[in-house]
Amino acid sequence: MTDISHQSAPQSRHAGSLLQKDSRTVRRNRAEARFKIYGIFAIAVGMLMLAVLVYNIVTRGVGAYSQTFITLDVELLESKLDKNGNRNLEEIKKVTTFGYAPLIKNAFEKKVEELGIKTPLKPKDQAAILSKSAEAQLRDFVIANPDKIGETIEFRFLANSRVDGYMKGRVTRESIANDKSISVEQLDLVDQLHKAGVLNKTFNIDFITGADASDQRPEAAGMGVSMIGSLFMMLVVLALALPIGVAASIYLEEFAPRNWLTDIIEVNISNLAAVPSIVFGILGLAVFINYMHLPMSAPLVGGLVLTLMTLPTIIISTRASLKSVPPSIRDAALGVGASKMQAVFHHVLPLAAPGILTGTIIGLAQALGETAPLLLIGMVGFIASNAPDSIASGLLSPNSAMPAQIYEWAKRADPAFYERAWGGIIILLVFLVTMNTVAVILRRRFERRW
Amino acid sequence: MNDMSRLEKAVDTRQTKIAAKNVQVYYGDAHAIKDVSVEIEDNTVTAFIGPSGCGKSTFLRCLNRMNDTIDICRVEGDILLDGEDIYDKRVDPVQLRAKVGMVFQKPNPFPKSIYDNVAYGPRIHGLARNKAELDEIVENSLRRGAIWDEVKDRLDAPGTSLSGGQQQRLCIARAVATEPEVLLMDEPCSALDPIATAQVEELIDDLRKRYSVVIVTHSMQQAARVSQKTAFFHLGNLVEFGETGQIFTNPKDPRTESYITGRIG
Amino acid sequence: MPTYWLVLSLLVLAAVGYVLGRNRALQTAGGDTRALHSLPNYYGLNVALTSLVPALGVLIVWMLVQPVFVDSRVSTLIPDSAVPEDATLDLVMSDVRRVADGLDEAVEQGALTPSEARQLDAEATDIRARLGEVGVALGSDVRPEVLRAAQRYRQLTSVGKTAMSIVVAVLALGGLAWSYSQTHKDFRARNVVEKGVLALLVVAASLAILTTIGIVFSMFFETINFFGLHSWKDFFFGSTWAPNFRGDSELSILPLLWGTLYISFVALLVSVPIGLFAAIYLSEYANGATRSFAKPLLEILAGIPTIVYGLFALLTVGPMLADVFAKGGLLGVEWMTGATSVVTAGVVMGIMLIPFVSSLSDDIINAVPQSMRDGSLGLGATQSETVRQVVLPAALPGIVGAILLAASRAIGETMIVVMGAGAIAKFSLNPLESMTTITTRIVSQLTGDTDFASPETLVAFALGLTLFVLTLGLNVLALYIVRKYREQYE
Repeated sequence: MTDISHQSAPQSRHAGSLLQKDSRTVRRNRAEARFKIYGIFAIAVGMLMLAVLVYNIVTRGVGAYSQTFITLDVELLESKLDKNGNRNLEEIKKVTTFGYAPLIKNAFEKKVEELGIKTPLKPKDQAAILSKSAEAQLRDFVIANPDKIGETIEFRFLANSRVDGYMKGRVTRESIANDKSISVEQLDLVDQLHKAGVLNKTFNIDFITGADASDQRPEAAGMGVSMIGSLFMMLVVLALALPIGVAASIYLEEFAPRNWLTDIIEVNISNLAAVPSIVFGILGLAVFINYMHLPMSAPLVGGLVLTLMTLPTIIISTRASLKSVPPSIRDAALGVGASKMQAVFHHVLPLAAPGILTGTIIGLAQALGETAPLLLIGMVGFIASNAPDSIASGLLSPNSAMPAQIYEWAKRADPAFYERAWGGIIILLVFLVTMNTVAVILRRRFERRW
Repeated sequence: MNDMSRLEKAVDTRQTKIAAKNVQVYYGDAHAIKDVSVEIEDNTVTAFIGPSGCGKSTFLRCLNRMNDTIDICRVEGDILLDGEDIYDKRVDPVQLRAKVGMVFQKPNPFPKSIYDNVAYGPRIHGLARNKAELDEIVENSLRRGAIWDEVKDRLDAPGTSLSGGQQQRLCIARAVATEPEVLLMDEPCSALDPIATAQVEELIDDLRKRYSVVIVTHSMQQAARVSQKTAFFHLGNLVEFGETGQIFTNPKDPRTESYITGRIG
Repeated sequence: MPTYWLVLSLLVLAAVGYVLGRNRALQTAGGDTRALHSLPNYYGLNVALTSLVPALGVLIVWMLVQPVFVDSRVSTLIPDSAVPEDATLDLVMSDVRRVADGLDEAVEQGALTPSEARQLDAEATDIRARLGEVGVALGSDVRPEVLRAAQRYRQLTSVGKTAMSIVVAVLALGGLAWSYSQTHKDFRARNVVEKGVLALLVVAASLAILTTIGIVFSMFFETINFFGLHSWKDFFFGSTWAPNFRGDSELSILPLLWGTLYISFVALLVSVPIGLFAAIYLSEYANGATRSFAKPLLEILAGIPTIVYGLFALLTVGPMLADVFAKGGLLGVEWMTGATSVVTAGVVMGIMLIPFVSSLSDDIINAVPQSMRDGSLGLGATQSETVRQVVLPAALPGIVGAILLAASRAIGETMIVVMGAGAIAKFSLNPLESMTTITTRIVSQLTGDTDFASPETLVAFALGLTLFVLTLGLNVLALYIVRKYREQYE
C-alpha cells in the first residue's frame, strides 16, 4: 500500500498494481469463499436429508412387499369338517377355525417327516411357525369349495411375523432370547424348511390389496381397504372443493366489488390456508359428528373436513390462473356484445382451466397425505376387513385412510408393523409423486405465455 | 455556463488513464459491442452518447467489470487501466471497482442512514483506521458530493428520505468516498429534474480536477455542457471519438451528424 | 335412503324443466331464435334453476335444523331423575339416538314390523337382545324412559322427513310452474339466469367466511362449557397438566405451551439458518442450471406428508438419538429415557420447514431491487459483503415475516409431535427429555372414548381455540409485515 504510483493520483489509496492482490483483498476473498461454502453446505444438508429420508423409506419399507410363505399339502379330512358327509354348507360353517388346526398340524408333521428333518419340537410347536391366519384361510377355502372335502390340496400359508422377520434379517437368534412366541429350535426348523424349498419369500400382493389385520397377525396386514377409504375421501373432496373453489374464485376475481366485505373474505382465505390442520379436525368433530350426527370414521366426513381444508389452496391457485388470463381477452368478448358472465364462462375459464386443474391436483395431493384431522373424526384404529360393496357404503361405512392406517401401524407394539408402516409410505408416496408429476406435466404442456 | 470556455480548459495534454483496444461484448449470441477502441484521459470528462440500445452503457460497465454479474455476458479484447489489463486472470474485480467507481442511472441509496451510505465503501475497503478518520472521510465526500450543507444536521436519517437529486448526489459522494481514480456515471441525471440536473452537472465539472470521469448520457446538451471528449456510439460501434467541440460543431461521420441534428436517435 | 331419492328426483325435475322452458320459449317465438330476447338455453336454465336451487337450499337447511329441533323436543321427555348420577343429558340422548337408529335398522332388516317397532314395551321385551340380533350393539339395557324417548324421536324424525319431502317437492314444482309461466319470448332470461348464477358464486365465496365462523363457534361454545366445569385460572395460570377421570384434574395450558414453544424453537433453529443460507445461495450465487435442479429437489421436502416425518422421528431419529444419549449409549450418559424428545421432534420438524423457509426467503430476497446490489458491487464490495450488509438488511422485514409464518407452522404441526415428542407435560430445559405439546394433547383428549360432558374432553376445545388464536395472530402479523415489505419495493 505504501509505494506511490507513477500515476498522478496522489489522493488515491488504492495505489499499487491491480495484478497483485493486497492482503486485505485476500482476506476479504477468503470471507467470500467461506460465505459461499455456508450456502453450498445449507443446500447440501437439505439434499442429504431428502436422500436420507428416501433411503430410509425404501430400505425399511421394501420388506413389506415380500412375505414368507410355507407350502403344505393339507388333507381336508371329511371326519373333521363334515361329519355327516352331506356337504351341507350350514353344517360346514359350524366348524370353527379351531377345528381346522389339527389338519394343519398333521400336514406340517407329515411334511417334516417326508423331508427327513429332525427336530425336537412337538407337532403343535412346529405348526406355530405359521401365521394365525392359516386356519381362517383354510376354512374360507373349504366354505367356498365344499366339494373339495376329502381331497389333499396344496396351500401356501403365511409364515408368522417372527419367521418372516428372521427371513428378512430383522429377527436373529440373539434377539429372541426373551421372546415367548418363537424359539431357537423353531428357527432351526425354518432354516431346514427353507433349504428344502418349502418355505420361501415371495412377492406379497396382499400387502397392496388386502385389509388391515389384528395386532397378532402383522404378516397379514395390507393397505388395500384404507386405499379405498382414501379414494372415497378424494372423490368427496374433488366433487365439492373443485366446483365451490372455482365458483368462489370466479366471484372474487371477476365480479366482487372492492369493498370491506371482499377484503374480509380475501384476508380470511389467506389465513384459512395457514390454519393448522388439526383445527379443521376439531371443526369436523364438532359440526359433522356432534351436531349433524354423521357417522364416525366415515370417508364422507373425512372428505368434508379435507374439503374445507383444501378449499383455500384451490381458491388461491384458481385465482392466480384467472389473473394470468390477460384483460384483453375479456375486453374482446365484451366488445362483441357478450355479457360479463358469458365472457368469463366462455373465454376466461377455459383458458384458465389447465392452471385450475394443476392447482386442484396439488390440493388433492395435500389432502391425500393429511393425517391429523382424520385422527379426530375417528378414522384410525378401525379394522375394515372388507372393501365396501357400494358407493353409499363406501362413503358412510367406517373406514380408514392411507396415512391414518400408517399411523395406526406405527403405534402398535410389534416391530413387524413398522415395516408395514414404511411400506405403506412407499404406496402413499407413489400416489403423491404421480399426482405431482401429472400436475407438472399439465403445467408444462398447457403453459401459455401472453 | 458557456460551452466555449469549457472547451478551452480541455486543451492541455493529459495522460491516458484507460485504454480499450478492440473490445467485443456478447450477450449470449448477440454481439452488443463491436470492435471498440478508445482512450480515456485523466482529469477529463469523457461523454458517451448515442441512441438507446447503442451499447454505450454496456461498454461503460465493461470498464469496471460490472458485466461480470451477468451470466451470459462475454467480453473480448483488452482494456488497460494504467497499462494493466483489467481482464487479466490475476485481477480481482473487487479491487478494480475500488479504483473505478460507478454511479448509476437511478439513485440507489442503501436502506441505511446517510452516514452509513457514505461510510460503506471506506469500511469495506478499510480506508479509515478509526472513527475520527471515518467521520472525516464522510464529511469530505459529502462536501465533494456538494450535499454536505443539506444533510450535515441529519446524517442519521435514512438515505431514502432524501429527494431524488439529493439521493443522486449522495450516491456520488458514496462513490467518491472510496477514493477512486476513475468515476463512471451511467446517465446520472436521467431520473432527475432540471434543477437537480444542473447541480449534478456542476458537481461533475468539479470532480474532473481529481478524477477521470466517464459519463453516459443521451442528452447531447448535457454532453456538450460537461465533457471535454465525446464518443458517439451507434448499433454497438464506436462511430466517432474526439474533442467535444469538434464532435458537435464539425462531425466527421455522417451518422454522427444525423444524430446531432436529430435525424436518428 | 329417501333423501338420495329426493335429491335425484329434484335433479330429474330440473332436467325436465330445462327442456320444457326451452321449448316453450321457442314456441312463443314461433321457432325463430332471433325473435327471442336471450338464447334458448337461458330459458331452459331459468326454469331448471328456479325449480332446483330454492328446493335444494331448503333441503340443506332443513337437514341442518331438524336434528337440533328434534333433540330439544325429545330431551324434554327425559326427566332429571332418569339421568344417572355419573352421566349427563347428552349421554342419555346419545343412548336415545342409538336405540332409535337400532329400531330403524331392525325395521329395515325385517326383524321388526314398523308397527311392532312403534309399540315395543321395554318391560315386556328385551330390546337389547332384539337389537343385538340385527347387529346393533347397545352398551346397557334399555330403560323405559329411553325407549319412550326413542319412540318419540323416531316419530318426530319421520314426521320431519315427510314434511321436508312435501315442502321441498312443493317448492320445486311451484318454482317450475311459476318460471314456466313466466317463459315468453320477451322474457329477459339471460339477465335472470346470470343474476342467479352470480348469487350462487357469492354463496360459494362466503363459504370461506362460514368455515371460519364454524371453526370459531364450534370451539368457542365448547370452551365456554369447559370453563363452566373447570376454573379458567387453572387453565391459563396453573402449572400442572394432569388429567384424570376421578374429577380432580389439573388442566393447565402452560406446560403444554412450553413444550410447543420449545419444540418450535428447536425446529426454527434447524430450519432458519439452513433455509436462509440455501435461499441466499440459490438467489445470489447459483447459476440457472443449479437453481432449476436444487430448488425443486428441496421443495420435495415440503410435499412429503407429515405422517412420513412423524414416522421418521419415531422410528429413525429418535432411536438414533437414544443410541447416543440414553442409558448404555455411545456417550455413556443417561440424558434420554426413550426415543421421544424435544430434539427428536424439533429436528425432524426443522427438516420439514427447510423448504418452507427457503422458498419464502428466496421470494423475498429476489424482491430486493438489483440496483441495490449494483450500487454495492460498484463500490467494490464482494458479493458476500453485498448480501450481508445491503441485501439482508433490506430484506429483513420480509425475512422476519417468513420466520413468523414458519413458527406458526411449527406451533400447529401435529403428526410429528404426536409421534416424536412424547406425552409428558413438564417444564424442563433439557432438550433430550420428552415433552408434550398443545396439538398432541388435543389428539389424545379427543380420540378414543370421549365424553363431551367432562372437562378432560372439553379442554381440547379450549386448547384448540388457543392454538387457533395463536397461529392466526402470527399469520396476520406475518402477512401484514410481508405485504408492507413488498409494497416498499413496488
